Amino acid sequence: MHAVELSQVTKRFGHNIIAVDNIDLVVAAGSFVTLLGPSGCGKTTTLRMIAGLETPSAGEIRIKDQRINDVPIHKRNLGIVFQNYALFPHKTIAANVGFGLKYRNVAPDEIGRRVARALDMVRLPGVEERYPTQLSGGQQQRIALARALVIEPDVLLLDEPLSALDANLREEMRVEIKNIQRRVGIATVFVTHDQGEALAMSDHVVVMNKGRIEQAGAPREVYEHPHSAFVASFLGNANFITGQVRSAADGHAQVALGAHVLNATTERRLQAGESVTVVVRAEKIDLLPPGQGGLPGTVADVDYLGALARYQITLEDGTRLLSLASLKDKPLAVGQLVELRIDPQHCRIL
Amino acid sequence: MNRQNARAYALLSPALGSLALFLVAPVLFIAVYSFWIRTAEGLDIPAFQFGNWIAVATDYYYWLGLWGSFKLALVTTMACAAVGYPTAYFLARIRFSNKALLLFLLFLPFWISYIIRTMAWISVLGRTGAVNTALISLGIIDEPLKMLYNDFSVIMGLVYFLLPYMIINVYVSLDGIDRNLEASARTLGCSAWQTFREVTLPLSLPGLGAGCMLCFVLAAGSYVTPRLLGGPDTLFFPDLIYEAIISQLDWPTGAVLSVILLLSLGLLVGVYNRFMSLSDIYRSFAR
Repeated sequence: MHAVELSQVTKRFGHNIIAVDNIDLVVAAGSFVTLLGPSGCGKTTTLRMIAGLETPSAGEIRIKDQRINDVPIHKRNLGIVFQNYALFPHKTIAANVGFGLKYRNVAPDEIGRRVARALDMVRLPGVEERYPTQLSGGQQQRIALARALVIEPDVLLLDEPLSALDANLREEMRVEIKNIQRRVGIATVFVTHDQGEALAMSDHVVVMNKGRIEQAGAPREVYEHPHSAFVASFLGNANFITGQVRSAADGHAQVALGAHVLNATTERRLQAGESVTVVVRAEKIDLLPPGQGGLPGTVADVDYLGALARYQITLEDGTRLLSLASLKDKPLAVGQLVELRIDPQHCRIL
Repeated sequence: MNRQNARAYALLSPALGSLALFLVAPVLFIAVYSFWIRTAEGLDIPAFQFGNWIAVATDYYYWLGLWGSFKLALVTTMACAAVGYPTAYFLARIRFSNKALLLFLLFLPFWISYIIRTMAWISVLGRTGAVNTALISLGIIDEPLKMLYNDFSVIMGLVYFLLPYMIINVYVSLDGIDRNLEASARTLGCSAWQTFREVTLPLSLPGLGAGCMLCFVLAAGSYVTPRLLGGPDTLFFPDLIYEAIISQLDWPTGAVLSVILLLSLGLLVGVYNRFMSLSDIYRSFAR
């Protein structure tokens, strides 16, 4: 039984805006699924359709094998957390967290007990009598999480819950949310445009673009085996190198870049002479001293990032590549000649 | 006073000066006048005594007039709230590309003279007015209804005049409510109506309160509408002030009545501010 299942779901706004275009999505019980993409890719609309805040134009949404297209929002038993916390400003923390229980006809003293337990879970015990604005942003987001989880929902929906927090807090909350999710074991749909969050938190990443699903899979699979230029560039720092296929066999290919050759892997059948694009992650490029038979280049620019250095490398044909290298020593200097070595399995032909 | 404050006061001085000259000073004159003695010959003699105040306070008729105005204002305010809130809700919630146009239409009647707009009600509500003619020709009634020159027509005219003030106040506070609050309430188990009761209504109360306050004060102090649309039985306080000052030339009594109206409405605003300041804080939270 899947926690959530979307079949051929489409959402149109007006006549010509297609926000979500015929997508299929499965959220396994207890799993953490992230919808990742740039703004306007349809990820939030998808979440809102699961919540019932938008009605699908076509397709079917099932929660725990029940078709819920026509079930009104308040009967769906979902927990949702918004970017801006959306705590009721005119109610105390206790009333906020206990709100869903009140509408589930739980007895008042039982509500009090469960609210206290939920506040313990988000490590904010004893704030029952305060008002939301008396808490910090991070604390408010914990309360929002407690409010969503205390009703023991079938699915937890998180709509960019970390985006309003500052960097340090975001890191902390990310770990916190993931821990709580794992402990409670609740199926979670998380919407974000932050690839770091997506990779760190998810069991399953769904990359969306222009209302469609570009690629879905485990974080590492999506990161290391991007199916499209969009996925490659949206996740991490990708380089795109164009060249001609010299020879290809058994998923391996030699790609000619001017006078030099790049060994790459592919899932496609390629013809010699075909023009292809090779994707290389910036951190997969090793920079070596010249004279070892690699791809020659020149350091054009250096960004010193502390633990890392980010290099712009110019190849002989003028192609610019981005390289990320961890720093054990001082960084390379601008103008220095280098050779690039890239493991063939990290050179993927799209 | 630092330079910046001095500059602020300099920029404000025309406004502050004209307020002092044209509002505060005349009101003070009126207040002083209320203590003067009016002789039997009709002369006003400067003095400081409470004769006029005691005469007014012990005259049942004046209190009846004050009650009459407050009653009109109360009914008008309730009618404005009842009609204005749904309208404002509609304006705030409608998905329409040109909301500014709708708000502009709301204030379009202000382009026409207030007197003319009030007089227009005579041809709507009169014996041979639009409403009676329509009802008779449809066969719903045989005799024209008596709708003009009574409290009904006064309230009608006041509601018509004050409704935009109510709508705009409620609209602003509804428009400021984060829609995710309503979405949260819905996902937590509230029906649409329960969401309105738990979230939307409480968070829009400051706007509703401000609208009610404005409508009440303007209605209680209004003179033209009850004068044009009211009947002989319509008892309203500003008319008593007019009578005292213009008809009887009794300025000290008129001054006492004016100060009473000012103080009672001022008291109301003061109580409101005390009472609603908490909700105003909620209002700013709602953003």
